[in-house]
Amino acid sequence: MKARVHVSFKNGVLDPQGKAIGLTLANLGFDGVGDVRQGKLIELDLAESDPGAARKSVEAMCEKLLANTVIENYAIELEED
Amino acid sequence: MKASVIVFPGSNCDRDVQVALANAIGGPVDMVWHGDSEMAKTDLIVLPGGFSYGDYLRSGAMSARSPVMREVVARAEQGVAVLGICNGFQVLTEAGLLPGALLPNAGLKFVCRDVQIRVENSQTLFTNGYQAGQTLRIPVAHHDGQYFVEPDRLDEMQAGDQIAFRYCAGEEGRKNNPNGSIDDIAGVFNRRKTVLGLMPHPERAADASHGGTDGQGLLNSLVSALS
Repeated sequence: MKARVHVSFKNGVLDPQGKAIGLTLANLGFDGVGDVRQGKLIELDLAESDPGAARKSVEAMCEKLLANTVIENYAIELEED
Repeated sequence: MKASVIVFPGSNCDRDVQVALANAIGGPVDMVWHGDSEMAKTDLIVLPGGFSYGDYLRSGAMSARSPVMREVVARAEQGVAVLGICNGFQVLTEAGLLPGALLPNAGLKFVCRDVQIRVENSQTLFTNGYQAGQTLRIPVAHHDGQYFVEPDRLDEMQAGDQIAFRYCAGEEGRKNNPNGSIDDIAGVFNRRKTVLGLMPHPERAADASHGGTDGQGLLNSLVSALS
């Protein structure tokens, strides 16, 4: 089973890279783009085949290492092989 | 007084702080490798500056989970003094020994220059050699120094005198906050004031040949409190 973990800054946390991307998009003429936030995508190959157990295990990984929950949110996507 | 400096792969101020501390103490300072899970008895643990693990994932994230950190957390809980400088500050927040987190600088640039900081609390192990309100000139050198903490937690920290240092306007009138830190915060304590993390490098202002000695007071404060 594969897991994709999306990590993004929480609201209220300044994301200067997202801001710079937004400014550059505006410079390129892409109007109508509001707030831009840059996050991270982490892909994991898991030996676990049970979705419930896999999710539980990836949640623990997020809480312990993959995300810093003081500043970041995470979302987990599972994909069966 | 016994002091120990933790060495992570990618630490690069470990020897600087060892030399500065050894001068302040007048005796040797232990170096402890991050992969060790045991540490000799010590009165002060220092997490030095650098770029441990290449800042992979988040600055300090990997180091905070290294074997020696379990021991550092256990000692901190027993009340052993812990000082984190720059990358060491990032590791302490990632390890949960200090509140908040350190984000990339608001200006997205690596900042390497002297800054002026104000001593906010001089009643601690780390700052008893300074006067409250005293201004120090100490170098910073970081890319991820923007301190962030939830507003509610910040209020609690203010009420608990947990703000150690704030960036303040210098004589030359330069922009005072080099990284966009919330409330101009340059360094914070834990609730008991036994753990300090700060972005400026006191060990780089601890000898006349450094061009300034304002950081010496922090090291001397520790020696007078812990000897």
